[in-house]
Amino acid sequence: MATRWLPILWRLVQTIPVVIGVVIISFVLTRALPGDPAVQFAGQMATAESIEQVRVALGLDKSLPQQFLIYCKALLQGDLGQSIATGRPVLTDLATRLPASLELTLTALILSCLIAIPLGVLAAVRQGSWIDHLCRVLVTAGVSLPTFFTGILLIYVFYYLLGWAPSPLGRLDFIYFDPPRVTGFFLIDAALDGDLRTFTGAAKQLALPAITLALFTLAPIARMTRAAMLTALSSDYIRTARAAGLPPRKVLFGYALRNALLPVVTTLGMVFSFVLGANVLVEKVFAWPGIGSYAVEALVQSDYAAVQGFVLAMALLFVLINLIIDLSYTLIDPRIGFSSK
Amino acid sequence: MTDITPRQTGNGMLTHLGHVMRENPVTALSFGLFSCFVLQAFFGQWLVPYDPLATNSARALEAPSADHWFGTDQLGRDVFSRVIVATRLDLTISVLAVAISFVIGSVLGAVAGYWGGWLDSVLNRILDTIMAFPLFVLAMGIVAALGNTVENIIYATAIINIPFYARVVRAEVNIRREAGFALAARLSGNGHMRTLAFHIFPNALPPMMVQVSLNMGWAILNAAGLSFVGLGVRPPTPEWGIMVAEGANFIISGHWWVALFPGLWLMLAVFTFNLMGDGLRDLVDPRRRT
Amino acid sequence: MLSVKDLSVAFKTRKGQVDAVRGISFDLAPGETLGIVGESGSGKSVTSYALMRILDAGGRISAGDVSWNGRDLRAASESAMRSLRGREISMIFQNPRAALNPIRKVGHQIEDVLRQHGRATRSDAQAKAIAALEAVKIRNAAERYHAYPFELSGGMCQRIVIAIALACDPKLMIADEPTTGLDITTQKAVMELMRDLIRERGMSSIVITHDLGLAAEYCDRLAVMKDGQIVETGPSAQIFANPQHPYTRKLVDATPRPGVSIRDLLPPEARMPELPHDTDGRAILEVVDLVKTYPGKSGPVHAVKGISFTIREGQSVGLVGESGCGKSTTSAMLVRLLDPSSGAIVFDGHEIGGIPAERFLRDPRRAQIQMVFQDATDSLNPRHNAFDSIAEPLRRLGRMRGARLAARVGELAQLTGLPAHLLSRYPHQLSGGQKARVGIARAIALDPKFLILDEPTAALDVSIQAVVLNLLADLRARLGMTYLFVSHDLNVVRLLCDHVIVMQDGQIVEQGPTAKLMDAPEHPYTRELLHSAPKPPAAPFAMGHAAAKAAE
Repeated sequence: MATRWLPILWRLVQTIPVVIGVVIISFVLTRALPGDPAVQFAGQMATAESIEQVRVALGLDKSLPQQFLIYCKALLQGDLGQSIATGRPVLTDLATRLPASLELTLTALILSCLIAIPLGVLAAVRQGSWIDHLCRVLVTAGVSLPTFFTGILLIYVFYYLLGWAPSPLGRLDFIYFDPPRVTGFFLIDAALDGDLRTFTGAAKQLALPAITLALFTLAPIARMTRAAMLTALSSDYIRTARAAGLPPRKVLFGYALRNALLPVVTTLGMVFSFVLGANVLVEKVFAWPGIGSYAVEALVQSDYAAVQGFVLAMALLFVLINLIIDLSYTLIDPRIGFSSK
Repeated sequence: MTDITPRQTGNGMLTHLGHVMRENPVTALSFGLFSCFVLQAFFGQWLVPYDPLATNSARALEAPSADHWFGTDQLGRDVFSRVIVATRLDLTISVLAVAISFVIGSVLGAVAGYWGGWLDSVLNRILDTIMAFPLFVLAMGIVAALGNTVENIIYATAIINIPFYARVVRAEVNIRREAGFALAARLSGNGHMRTLAFHIFPNALPPMMVQVSLNMGWAILNAAGLSFVGLGVRPPTPEWGIMVAEGANFIISGHWWVALFPGLWLMLAVFTFNLMGDGLRDLVDPRRRT
Repeated sequence: MLSVKDLSVAFKTRKGQVDAVRGISFDLAPGETLGIVGESGSGKSVTSYALMRILDAGGRISAGDVSWNGRDLRAASESAMRSLRGREISMIFQNPRAALNPIRKVGHQIEDVLRQHGRATRSDAQAKAIAALEAVKIRNAAERYHAYPFELSGGMCQRIVIAIALACDPKLMIADEPTTGLDITTQKAVMELMRDLIRERGMSSIVITHDLGLAAEYCDRLAVMKDGQIVETGPSAQIFANPQHPYTRKLVDATPRPGVSIRDLLPPEARMPELPHDTDGRAILEVVDLVKTYPGKSGPVHAVKGISFTIREGQSVGLVGESGCGKSTTSAMLVRLLDPSSGAIVFDGHEIGGIPAERFLRDPRRAQIQMVFQDATDSLNPRHNAFDSIAEPLRRLGRMRGARLAARVGELAQLTGLPAHLLSRYPHQLSGGQKARVGIARAIALDPKFLILDEPTAALDVSIQAVVLNLLADLRARLGMTYLFVSHDLNVVRLLCDHVIVMQDGQIVEQGPTAKLMDAPEHPYTRELLHSAPKPPAAPFAMGHAAAKAAE
């Protein structure tokens, strides 16, 4: 078993350069933002002198490599700096807003998987039939929809015309109280609290943005499922299983789908990145108080500490997700540990 | 086919195009739609009934009518004219961005896939780093840092697409590195560079074409998304993303047409690109020739 | 017990209906082994899938009857068939590694079958699966139970496939190309295991293969298929001794076997006298202590461990060994695609092993050493038509253009028997034999002195192999080339080569003149290789020829 842990360790080592790269890019990116942070920090009434004081206080008078070292040191202490816009530590801002984004993203992904994977399997099993073609056109249409446009369209239909959905402003209508914070996920917190009213309220609020995001991610997941299933179904071992008299259900799910899921899991990592990106747009449309809308505000205002913190948080989150996916892959697929040797 | 001499390819390509389109109606449809978009991009500004920038406050927010097919926006500008004229800008951004990432990604991926070793490892780590950012967020950052210009949108879109090409080319080149025809090319006196460029790389084109078509779609979505959050093309320039963003403010008051039509056009363009993938692949795949 | 009458199988394709099997009939008696022999596309595998009713999508039995112990298999319901498959009739396939689920323990795959057919319960499944593994002579069966297919060798995987097939004691086993892709010694072990198990259990079996020699050795009766029809059936010895149908005769002739000459492979009317080739020239290639070591993650890998041999001008030398013996690495070094770790390659009196491969491209001797690759499909650029493929070395190294180039390509096509109108075709539009000709034409385009043939016929049907081997023999005599023929098949090497080198584990274990090495092998490994090669009954009409040759 010792050999099984080696690739996992190796995978962990591989993330180190990526994390370093992410830190460098986030630093460079924010230093390149237009506007002088010292001027912004000093406030509107600042004199040239007070601006200079702020500059020294922030370390902005030092050379770039020195600034980078200061930045790294602060990072190691968990200090992401202060946001100009909110006046609070960036870390606090992110911590309050991240659960909102994650709740939306994960709901959308789960929703999308629930639809796309069966759809992909069906398309593969009935390859070349009208179901297959319909699936292709549907998922292509889904991925062609700009998320911000889908969001607006859904709001128009379900809020303005039909009145089914609540007003698209945030995570919870003002008539409800926020559930006691445990995880920061309103659905889970409300469920833990046993508050059914808040739970349904939060779910209603979540429905439209989650559907918007899910529509966008159907295509890559369904396509990959279909392709992987086709490969699996045409494999020799499927024929062996059929020739041994195994029933279709066992052949399809026990043999084909389990092999096909491996590439699908990998795709999920990429899709997660798409969704995090698309989140920014959807959060803006639905006034969702997540880190996406936070980042848009920060970028527009050149709030560099906030931008830095956001970019870093997103990238690290993504690295983490991919690490988890790779590690689970190593555990599912017995071949991984050996092929990388 | 037997009467075609080895040198004569120009005419063969056209016949082949016809063949590919006849074989798959979806491909024919997508190529047809694409030509429509190209026509709009080239001649749109002379074909539209109104000046896309001309405001007319007397006729603001009018629903679609015979005068204004797609209605008018909050400043009384003709939505139809704006939608058509915007085609050129959106198409230019996506085509240029995809072209840049295609070239850079191909070179990087081919080199890494052929030589492997530390070169491959370094490239993979760099690509991992780029991919570690949610790509749209990275594009937002780049545009914010470099400034809101069309060129910067193109660069940002190109950068975030490079990893996809590099990965596809790397994989395709890598499996053919030791293929018999690559070795045979070297026995014929081709060095590594020539073998890679003229023998191995062209065989990676079919799967690349699928990637190109998907990326053109993403590139348009990306550019429009940037404009939507205020980090792209600036008003009053007609651009699909901004028009949707502007229209979004009026959707809750029931003025659906301001956002719907630019959104539809945007969607149709992306849909067209996505559908073109298989056709483009068949076009560059000699095995599809009969 | 199995009776097939007028069976036809049709496939629906985009170009309309294709009849893969067209009205075949045969019977199988209890305890009998029937061999179905045919070349690719003859419909032999489709026949077996039709019997099991596991045809791929779009395929169906369009006519005829299949009856199994009085039951109509064509009309049987899918669930009845399912209970039959694996329990009464089972099947094993080619490419055993791919035939097993890659992410499921082999023991569990056997259990799936046992439990599906009610032969085991949750509690005793593991014990029964281990017993099934022991039945196919797998050592440490309890340990192997937990193995995944990728951890096992090809031969071991085929044993497990057999264990799955035999787990429920079926009455009939269908083996579809069971040893294709396995090494020759493994092939013998697997075939003998299969034969013994089938005899022990009194089962019937159907062996489907392209290898007439293999079928003749292990089957009681043969059915020869061509274009979806059975052209001849009869006892194995009789088919070989006295083939009735012209196609059977052609197949029998084309099968390489001891005691025949290369011309005997061709149909009698095509047997021109073989042109003599001079084998006593000076040494053209001397290999001295050649070593290739790759850096591996778990220590260096020694692919070639210091080999030395000499090839004389005009000679044809066979380099024989099983997969992984280092023969491909050796040929890659000799053709100067790969730099040796140490040792010398002296070609025509000059040391060329020390010239880096990339620099050797501009060496005048580049054109002198060429190679014909193993897989004709893989060795032709899919984007180049036949003309461009052949012209490539002429353009790059020969600096030929225009009319001169076209004339030379035409000349080469004629020399290799490739019809001129095929020159504008792309590889996917050519047959296997035609692609092989293009590959050979390209290799000889620059009049090389030394040609390395890397299993040039391994992927070809026997009748085409016969033609290609004879083409190579003719070209050798006409152009005065020296050959290094790399192969795993001693029967083929014997036909073409004057001298044989046997490699095992990166070392030469034995070398010598072909006749001596084949008749009186000294090394045990050579003996094992010779012993493992299928031995079809020698056809009497060929004997005269061989005897005459032996008398010379």
